[in-house]
Amino acid sequence: MALTKDRPGGSPRSGRPRFPAGNRTPSAPRALPRWPRVATPWLFLAPVLVLFGVFKFWPTLWGMYLSFFEVRPYLGNRWVGWDNFSTAFHDAALRSAVEHTVVDALVTVAASALLGFGLALLLEGPARHLRILRTAAFLPVVTAMVAVAELWNTILYPGGYGTLNSLLGHLGLGPEPFLSSPHSSLASVMLIQVWKSAPYDMVIFVAGLAGIDRQLYEAAAIDGAGAWHRLRHVTLPSLRPVTTIVLTLGIIRGLRVFTEIYVLTGGGPAGSTETIVTYTYKQGIQNNQLGMASAVSTVLFLVTVLLTCLTLWWRRRKEA
Amino acid sequence: MSSMSAPTTALGLRMPTKAWTRTAVRVVLYAAVLFVFVMPLWTMVATVFSGTTLKTGQMSLFPGHFTLANIRTAFRFGVGRGLLNSVIVTGVGLFLQVTVSAFAAYALARKKFRGQAVVLLAILATMMMPEEVIAIPLYLVLGKVPDPLGGSDLLDSYSGLILPVVGWALPIYVLTGFMKTIPAELEEAARVDGARDLRIFFQIILPLCRPALGTCAVFGFLMIWDQYLLPLLVASTPHMYTMTLVVTSLSSSQEQGEGVRMAASLMLMIPSVLVYLGLQRLFERGMLNGSLKG
Repeated sequence: MALTKDRPGGSPRSGRPRFPAGNRTPSAPRALPRWPRVATPWLFLAPVLVLFGVFKFWPTLWGMYLSFFEVRPYLGNRWVGWDNFSTAFHDAALRSAVEHTVVDALVTVAASALLGFGLALLLEGPARHLRILRTAAFLPVVTAMVAVAELWNTILYPGGYGTLNSLLGHLGLGPEPFLSSPHSSLASVMLIQVWKSAPYDMVIFVAGLAGIDRQLYEAAAIDGAGAWHRLRHVTLPSLRPVTTIVLTLGIIRGLRVFTEIYVLTGGGPAGSTETIVTYTYKQGIQNNQLGMASAVSTVLFLVTVLLTCLTLWWRRRKEA
Repeated sequence: MSSMSAPTTALGLRMPTKAWTRTAVRVVLYAAVLFVFVMPLWTMVATVFSGTTLKTGQMSLFPGHFTLANIRTAFRFGVGRGLLNSVIVTGVGLFLQVTVSAFAAYALARKKFRGQAVVLLAILATMMMPEEVIAIPLYLVLGKVPDPLGGSDLLDSYSGLILPVVGWALPIYVLTGFMKTIPAELEEAARVDGARDLRIFFQIILPLCRPALGTCAVFGFLMIWDQYLLPLLVASTPHMYTMTLVVTSLSSSQEQGEGVRMAASLMLMIPSVLVYLGLQRLFERGMLNGSLKG
């Protein structure tokens, strides 16, 4: 705060003349010699650049490099060209993992956006009770994924004793095997993901809804538009930018789904919930197929980059 | 925002006060929301403190008799160590993350230099290389980098759990955006007084960034506290397990009932929920900045 006090008069200690406010240029007061001026920004950036270099860029580039080798600890890596890629993509397990990942990403993103939109319509508003309800509904989002997975493992316990199954029993339904049958496991996993991400989308939609000019509604109402027409012609068009962002970011995130799958089912039963990352983890860390795992990771990385660039390009074009 | 007090909903429905049926429908829907999103979390609490298990019967929503047995058992199976490790990793990691991000943001927001665009692009690029996508080579890299705390490599060490989460693009973006809004006159005045960059950074820019730093702290906390894949790659002895690993290791050893697993999960969950409830405003603002403006 000493600064604000000194500001009108400059530092009393320094005998240098004050600069008139108008012609101060960044270099005018005490120009440093050239090299410290050039070096300063890089010194401030150095820690981050080193960390990114070691833990992001090096692994990414090394992964790309390794994907062309058979990785043999102690024996030296052997160049195999595109073999890792072709082995991986002829592996039926990987193909079904890719399928599960894509289905999982599309369905959970769409479902949680839809549910989040519904929640936002229901819980949007300044009233105190709505705020409390929104806060309560948001708790799944901040709960650690591992805790969520353990919780749902317990709730979905197969057989009549499981929480959800005993509830279903009261309604005369079930018991469902949920996670323990290959037929229902992927759907169960997706249900849990939607439970965790729908309130997140809700908050984004609430912000989007709050930004809509209420006069549009008034105008529509005067024109005699019913609730459905107002939703279709006022609300949805106004929310379009928000929606596209929610959807595209969600799909990019969905491609690297790991924790929930690994904790809930470990990819099973019978590979029915295997995703790309659980597959590479198993191939790389457990089966020691580091070259092949790197090849799959490389492709996943390139797809992520491509999708992200498309999103950025699309958003920029919209804004321009 | 113009007509906050007008009785219109998001859909533009007018809500006449006499239409009590509409109110009733709303209340039912509110109840459904609470049932779906809060009840599961409540069953967790109830299971931990009621001591009922699947084997003895249905889980109850209201603890018949209150017990701490599950918590005590959980501590016997490594929860204490897990909490300690998580607190160390999150505390040190968050401190370093915010510090180095603020340094980088200062250079990006307040300086013009050759190569700035390249640095920004590189930071953006790291958003596309999350651990999940580079897990395998990251694991190999961790086995090659010497531990600054003295070990031969980063595997099974605190450095390995901490350092990879320190560099994160999100706080750099948040802080860069915020620092750009600080008027240049403040900095120039200090420069006239003879202050150099470090002094300007610590005494002027950083104190003014307090709201943005708060947002970064909330996000950083949740991100580091919830880490699972990185500890899974790094920690090979239970000694180095973080809370997330302790929870999953409890579930793979079957002899503990779900009461004990829920107790560990609850202790994993409570800190993030408390952070969120305490700093909700900061959190929501940051979330919207992050997701809408990228």
